[in-house]
Formats: sequence, structure tokens, C-alpha cells
Amino acid sequence: MKPSIEKLAEKGFLFSALFSVSITILIFFFMVFFSFPLFKGGDIAKFFTLEWNPYESGFGIVPMMAGTGIIALLALLIATPFGIGCSALISVFSTGYFGRFLRKVVEFMTGIPTVIYGFVAIFLLVPFIREIFEKGTGMCVLSASIMLALLILPTIILFISNAFNAVPKNYLDAADSLGATPAQKLVYIIIPLAWKGIISALVLAAGRAVGDTLISLMIAGNALQIPKGLSDAARTLTAHIALIIASDYESPEFKSIFVCGLILFIFTTLIILALRLLGYLKILRNR
Amino acid sequence: MKLAICLAGIFMIAGSSFAAAGDLDRFEGVKGTLRIAGGTAHIPVMKEAAKRIMTANSDIKITIAGGGSGVGIKQVGEGLVNIGNSGRKATDDEIKRYGLKMHKFAIDGIAVVVNPKNPVVKMKKSELMDIFSGKINNWKTLGFKDRGINVYTRDASSGTRKVFWKKALNKGKIIKSANFVKSHGAMKSAINVDPYGIGYISVGYLDDTVGPVSLDGVSPTLENVLKGDYKIARGLYMNTKGEPSVLTRLFIDYIMSKKGQKIVEDKGYIAVGK
Repeated sequence: MKPSIEKLAEKGFLFSALFSVSITILIFFFMVFFSFPLFKGGDIAKFFTLEWNPYESGFGIVPMMAGTGIIALLALLIATPFGIGCSALISVFSTGYFGRFLRKVVEFMTGIPTVIYGFVAIFLLVPFIREIFEKGTGMCVLSASIMLALLILPTIILFISNAFNAVPKNYLDAADSLGATPAQKLVYIIIPLAWKGIISALVLAAGRAVGDTLISLMIAGNALQIPKGLSDAARTLTAHIALIIASDYESPEFKSIFVCGLILFIFTTLIILALRLLGYLKILRNR
Repeated sequence: MKLAICLAGIFMIAGSSFAAAGDLDRFEGVKGTLRIAGGTAHIPVMKEAAKRIMTANSDIKITIAGGGSGVGIKQVGEGLVNIGNSGRKATDDEIKRYGLKMHKFAIDGIAVVVNPKNPVVKMKKSELMDIFSGKINNWKTLGFKDRGINVYTRDASSGTRKVFWKKALNKGKIIKSANFVKSHGAMKSAINVDPYGIGYISVGYLDDTVGPVSLDGVSPTLENVLKGDYKIARGLYMNTKGEPSVLTRLFIDYIMSKKGQKIVEDKGYIAVGK
């Protein structure tokens, strides 16, 4: 009796796993399928130009690609040091009540809807940034990156702090008996051992940063240009899709958003591969 | 003579019963859901009418969503909503493809707006075009602070944008660094919080939170739109796919009735047939 139930459970789990994976793959093929006619026409080159002006058949999405890349990268750069610092505090320096309280706060942060971040930023961060730079609207690359960093921070903190907690206790005991300070433990033992966890955290965070729509739609300004500075407005691919999806189904600009989706998909994949490669190289070097 | 009085009496009765049809009685005994989406300039009128109808008859449910003129036309064409609002005429292609019927219920002006603290309250149309194309990029040129001009525009699905681009900018270029916002409400709040911004909204949305700018000496008021002096104006349309259903028909009739057109005027637009 028992083995059959176990078999059944196994089948069930296999099914759920296959189901979720196949959906992802199907979405990819859906994107390829619908953007294929646009590629086949031989005018794929027209998407890789700087000019987005559908009324005069300009379909360049390079500014949006740049916007996505710059905003996501900047958000990661801002969030990573804060993430490592905060996890170190929670898991290494302050493991008592305060640390546990902080962790609860961070867990709560994961549940805050992005629209609230965007909303708050419009009233607090955007005017502040505008007056600092004394040019532009304050809806810019920097504002969006800061809010996006805040958005991905909980993911980073929770993952890294879990990785820190998973470092074998006997290693730490050995360090303690050698008279290591908490800082020394962190730098020489915990971070090197938790390297894989840190990479996983960054991979997930990068995915969220590239994929988030609302924050960039609300506070990046959505301008059709490649940002040349932190105070310039920019449009991400996700915000672009959100803005264009309302147009006519039959129009070429509507069809072009499938290309945007496909590029977004490839973008995320490349970032994940790059980060994984980084982790792999580090592990190789440690050997 | 007697005959004439008699005829006049008949006409008066007919006339009074016609006026009574403008009331909410027509919705009596009607049930169902009416879905409306599209142009955001239409929303204040739609909301008020919906409120009155739903208060009079609780069996009717009316939902109103924004999205822009493009969304309105697309959704009604796909059969997702009963009425798709647009702040521009549907194109010939759209009418043919979806079998749309347009019902024009109001006339609206599009006003250029700046922050209320901005002392620039008038400019030439050529200056407006230069601002939107980026040729004039500092408020100092127009007699305000030495700060860059932040241009705000609407997204591609906006009918307001299409009309503004055609009638105010003479299809001229809009600078690439322009910020994009998604609705009239969003435009208003963007201009309200940005002292150096310039954008455009429907005259019906004008209030103290933004400052209207007069063009070539003509201020964007209803009177000027009505007289035809202020040229940046357009019709507001309710679109249906083919012949409307009973409830849809009743709703459109109500908007077109005296009471409905009074709502149009109260919300800051011009009633049709004026």
C-alpha cells in the first residue's frame, strides 16, 4: 500500500515541477512565435535603432534596452553593499532580540506592493532629487534606481542571511577559539563560504530589478532617450510595454512589444548566466 | 384658429413628454451591467451619470475604467466593454474593422498648463512649439527662473496627445527627453508637483492646482472654445460596436438628454448642439 502512495506523491511532485518549468519555456516560445514575423521581414535591424516614433515608422528600442540595463544595474550596485551589511548585522553581529526584530521587519518589507514605493517616491524622493540636481524633473534614473534598490533589498538580505546562517557552526567555533573578532569571522570565514548564497541572492534580485514595471513607469520619467546622466529621465522595456500595450492590436507598434518581451527574456537570462559564471570562477579560484 | 391652438397643444404635450424622457425613469425595470472604458477626459461625466443611474436603480451596475482613447476603441471593438470612450474620432480603419458607431456627446478644449507658481501665463503658439521640440529649453527665455523646462506628454494611446500634436504643435516634433504620463489625472499631479514642468490637459480638468497658459492671447476657457477662438479643441465620443444593447442605448440617451448634457456642462465641457 505504502509504496504506491509514495509513487503517487512522487508523480504529483514531478508533475508540478514539469508544469512550472514548461510554462516558462512555453512563454519563451510564445514570444518567439509572435515576434518571428517581424524578424522574418528582414527588418529586424529597425528595432535596433535609437528612434521610437511609430507615426513615422521608427521602432528603435535601443533607448529602452539601455534604460533597463542602467537602472537595474545601478539598483543592484546600491542594494548589494546594504544587503551584505544588513545580513551581517542580523546573522553575525546582532543575533539577539534586535537582530531577530530586524529580520522580521525585512520579511515584512517583501510584502510591500511596488505601487506604494512608487507613490511615496513621487512625493518624497522625486522633489528632493529635483532640487539636488537643479535640472530635470526629479523623475530620473537615480530616483528609479534608489526605489528599485529598496524593492530588491529584502530579497537580498533574506537570502544572504540564510547563507550566512548555513555556515557550519564548528568552523565558527574554531575561529572563536583562535580569538577571531566577529568582523574577522565575517570576512575570512563566513563570506567566502557563503559565496554561492550571495550569488543566488543577486541572481534573484537582478531578475526582480529587470522585471519590475511599476517603479520605473512611475518615477523614471519614461523619456525616449538613452540617459546620459543620473538626472536624465529614461524608459525601461517593461514600462515601454505597459505604455504601448494600450495601442491598437493591429498596429506595428503593438506587434513590436513582442520583440521587447523577447529581449527582456534574453536580458534576464544573460544577467543570470553572467552572475552564475562569476560565482563559478570564484569557486574555481578558491580551490 | 381653433385648429392652430389645438395643434399647438399637441406639440406642447409631445414636447413635454419628450423632456420627461430625459429623466431617470427610463431606466425603470432595466437590469444588467454596463462596462465603460477608455478616454480619461470622459471619466468625470461618466462617473456622475453612473452615480445617478445606479442610485435610481440598484439593479444596474456601471463600471468605469480609464486607459486612454486607444484602449477604449480597442476594448469596445474586441467586445470587452459596452462603451469605449475616445477623445478623438475613431480612424476609418478602426470603424471598418470593428464596425464602430460614434456618439459625440461633448466638446472639449485642450489647455497648456504649467505649475501655479510659474509666472508664465501666456506665450505664442510658435513658442509652445519650440518648447515641445526642445528649441526653447530654459524658462529664463520666457521670463521665469534660470531652470530647464520639463516637458510632459501623454503615451501613444492618448487621444488628447493626438489632438494636441495635430492642432497645437502642427504635427511638430516632441523632444526625446519629454516625460510620459498615463492619464489626465497623472498629468495634473505631475505638473502640480513640478515647478518647472509644462504639459497639457483637458479644459474640464482645469482647477487651482495647475496654471493654464493662454496662446497667442487666447486663454483656454470654455467661452473661447465655444466661440471658436481657441482652436485646440475636439469632440468627446462614446463608441459602441454596431447597434447598442438596451442598457447601452439607454445610457447614451441619458447622456444626450437635457439632464445628461447638464452634467457635461457642470463638469466643465461644452454640451453638443450648442
